[in-house]
Amino acid sequence: MIALALRKLRFHFDRPLAIMIVLLIAIGLTNLYSATRVAPHGLYNQQLCWFGLGAIIFLAVAASDYRLYERMGYAIYGVVVMVLLCVLVSGKMVNGSRRWIGFGSLGLQPSELMKIALIIAMAKLFSGDPIDRAIRPWRHVGVALLLFAIPAVLVAKQPDLGTALILYLIATTVLLLVPLALHVKILTLAFEIGAGAILFVFKLHGYQKKRLLTFLDPSLDPSGAGWHARQALMAVGSGRWFGKGFLHGTQNQLQFLPEHWTDFPFAVWAEEWGFGGCLLLIACYLFLIMWAIKLAEEARDRFAQVLCLGCAALLFWHVFFNIGMVVGVLPVVGVTLPLLSYGGSSLLTVMIVLGLLMNVSVRRYTY
Amino acid sequence: MRRLPSFRGSFPLARRFRGAHGPRKPFRFAHLTVVLAFGVLALRLWQLQIADGDRYLRRSADNFVKEIVLPAPRGRILDRAGNALADNRPAYSISVTPRFADDTILEKVAGYLGLDGPATTSLKEKVSAHGGADRSRALLVAEDVSRDQVALIESDKLLLPGVQVAARARRTYPKGAFAAHAVGYLGQIGADELSERRGEGYRSGDLVGRAGIERQWEAFLRGKDGVDPIIVDAKGQRIGDSQKNVELAQLLGDKKRTEPQPGLDIVTTFDVDLQRSVEKAIAKHRSAAAVVLEVETGRVLALASHPGFDPNLLSSGISHLDLEALRSDPLRPLVDKTTRENYFPGSTFKVVPMIAALADHSIDPDAKVHCKGSINYGHRAFHCVEAHGPVNLDQALAQSCNVYFYGLGDALGLDRMAEVASDLGFGASSGLGLNGEVPGFLPTTDYYKKTGGFQKGFVLNTAIGQGSVEVTVLQLAAAYAAIANGGKLYVPQLIARIERPAGAPGSAGNRVVQAFAPRLRHQLTASATVLARVRRALAEAVSDPKGTSYSARVPGLDVAGKTGTAQIGKARKLRPGEAEEGAQSNDHAWFASFAPTQKPEIAVVVLVEHGGFGAKVATPTAMRIYQAYFKQRQAKLDAAPGDGTKVAAAK
Repeated sequence: MIALALRKLRFHFDRPLAIMIVLLIAIGLTNLYSATRVAPHGLYNQQLCWFGLGAIIFLAVAASDYRLYERMGYAIYGVVVMVLLCVLVSGKMVNGSRRWIGFGSLGLQPSELMKIALIIAMAKLFSGDPIDRAIRPWRHVGVALLLFAIPAVLVAKQPDLGTALILYLIATTVLLLVPLALHVKILTLAFEIGAGAILFVFKLHGYQKKRLLTFLDPSLDPSGAGWHARQALMAVGSGRWFGKGFLHGTQNQLQFLPEHWTDFPFAVWAEEWGFGGCLLLIACYLFLIMWAIKLAEEARDRFAQVLCLGCAALLFWHVFFNIGMVVGVLPVVGVTLPLLSYGGSSLLTVMIVLGLLMNVSVRRYTY
Repeated sequence: MRRLPSFRGSFPLARRFRGAHGPRKPFRFAHLTVVLAFGVLALRLWQLQIADGDRYLRRSADNFVKEIVLPAPRGRILDRAGNALADNRPAYSISVTPRFADDTILEKVAGYLGLDGPATTSLKEKVSAHGGADRSRALLVAEDVSRDQVALIESDKLLLPGVQVAARARRTYPKGAFAAHAVGYLGQIGADELSERRGEGYRSGDLVGRAGIERQWEAFLRGKDGVDPIIVDAKGQRIGDSQKNVELAQLLGDKKRTEPQPGLDIVTTFDVDLQRSVEKAIAKHRSAAAVVLEVETGRVLALASHPGFDPNLLSSGISHLDLEALRSDPLRPLVDKTTRENYFPGSTFKVVPMIAALADHSIDPDAKVHCKGSINYGHRAFHCVEAHGPVNLDQALAQSCNVYFYGLGDALGLDRMAEVASDLGFGASSGLGLNGEVPGFLPTTDYYKKTGGFQKGFVLNTAIGQGSVEVTVLQLAAAYAAIANGGKLYVPQLIARIERPAGAPGSAGNRVVQAFAPRLRHQLTASATVLARVRRALAEAVSDPKGTSYSARVPGLDVAGKTGTAQIGKARKLRPGEAEEGAQSNDHAWFASFAPTQKPEIAVVVLVEHGGFGAKVATPTAMRIYQAYFKQRQAKLDAAPGDGTKVAAAK
């Protein structure tokens, strides 16, 4: 059984996808080496372990049959929501947020896995009969909104604004791309924006509001909330054409970028490799995301199609929000940069996403 | 009929047969969105890295290059023998950068400094009050910290991010209040002054001269601070050379260490021994001032104003209350009474009409006028001290007969007296330039016409140094020195030379930067014979039994001088707080003099505020100064090696 799956993987191996993944991992490890030189000892080696684990999970996910996930879609979703509830009740507190469950010394953030569970559940929801969906569009929209609203609220309670935002963006992207009547999409979007605005005003924490306000007017607090953003801009801008050179970024090495290995690895890359390096990195991500959309086009069934779209949406929003935040066009929210950020949960999530893409890819010509 | 949406082209086989089914909209939309979004990011990166890249590079360099100021030691102020009147001593200060120093760190610092509860709270408040951009700037929290406390903080440095210890020399005045008005003191530069003088290299928190020589010679005393550019990390801590992750030398670019240039030493003309004697002599009075000038050079040997103050207190951040007490003291300790205050000269001014009369030959100086104790002009009686009987000009000066001088003044006229007085240096600043010297005042006919009508009484009062005539103690000393030396009016000189401090670069050879020779203001128009006659009359004022100072003469002291008793009654309103102190409404006592009479060496002017009769109060004080001077001069002659060999040869 396993041998069969692996043979399929080898036979239909998606070489461009694999090359791009390897290239991004290489960039990510190079950059992290520089970023973690001033970090607490052992971070880099720890991340290497996570990469090893990630590779195994990638192969496992890619080799298995995605129809298994289709069958168990809601069950996976239900289990992860239960874990999220547990985290909220008895998770580890880190920096004032309850995000973690611990396995010994390793910590995991279930909210990261929630993104994948949401994608699978949405894919299952929209893999049903298209005629049924055309007749009862609001029922599908309602279920879809519920599917993302439950985990979004749980995650926002932790509080983890970044992940809640990504969940929202994934669900909305999928809703906009699946075949639904135009007026249904427009009304759904309007409803989401309205509800979002109300939540932003009434439910946001003080520090979150302050961050958003500081984004709109950085002079409000030049050394407090705006400090990270300003230092990141300085790092990016000072890279100029080809950067200050590997391991020579002063903003990075002299620690003017706080916690740059988690949320600001792009600033490190931009400072040390310059505009040229940034274009290369962005081109890699662009290829990866467009490849995922292409896989969605070519997928052999509706589940795989929505699954690929969801994965593409996850990658796109992570990359766009993280870089947008670093270059100062979006507010500072904790969204990681796939394959470049330090962090086990984030890396495993991305590896699963890439595994799912490979899975769909090797099976697109199989019936 | 409504079209049913479907995944057109979902299946590769279907796609092959799709043919003209048209574009697959949602995917195309997705592709386009992704390309557009990343295009926006790329454009933004272009803007940051290419368009504004150089600017950001400079700003990031400002981040990690911190310019440590290497303070230049301030020049010393020395007396003529090289004793320090103002010096520096090492001291340490503690600064805190609010961004890195949280409350626990501040509590630690407070613990090391030995602050109590309320002081710790106020320290925290002071630090937290610095918001915004100031959070990244170091804030001075403690000055003049002891060596032990510095050692404690330095040993715990790694646990105290944002806390800096700086060594900076502190100004000290080793002789305390000695010559305080002339030496002056320092004060922290104010915000307005700072914005005005930033171009000269002043920084916030710098000390600048506020009075005396410290103020007048600020530009020379100050020196030039050096700069040591260092690489710091985000916590403001220096990156040692051992840390090889950044190539330090390359990062600094063309920023080089510049060494501080120490300030220049100012050598004054003060004679410490004489100055001490003068201060001791005038300290017997509540409020007094005295100047001693070297007659043949115009050099200031002593300059004292009593009561004084301790410049150490004023320069080291005096408390607001103490400063207010000093300022509101009715005896005005902060005011230099030798240069900063105008006084009626009283009878010391009588040399002016005398010189005018002798120079003009308008009267016969030997003709006698009969003094009956008073004289009527118009409807008003003008009084004399006593009925002097018949007196000629010399006797009138020696005995200070007002009646004679009323007549003389009337004959000369106001403007002629003003002319001669101005020739003697009155009515204009003497040129010493210290402590915002006031020019005094000489009334003219025009002045009275402008201010409400001319009366003959003004002329008579001017002749005896009352009315509207005002002089400073220093002016009077310069004028008497000119009379004594035969007509050379010198600019009083307090600074002998400017020197490079020992050990400074370039000080190996000749340390003198500039030496100041005596500066002649002008030669008096009065002839030598006229001045000789005035000198003789002034000598008689002391030596003649009828002279005003005869009672205060000291056997063996050959002094010529004029007393003065300046009435202040109507002319000056009492200051608040003076009324209850009866002594404050007394006349000012003067003695303006020189010695020895034949070959004058020094001129001494003593003013005792509200002292009463000049001869009773001011003259004895001046005599004490002369005694000290001649005694010290003799001691120095005895100690001189030339004399020593002579004595040995005689033996």
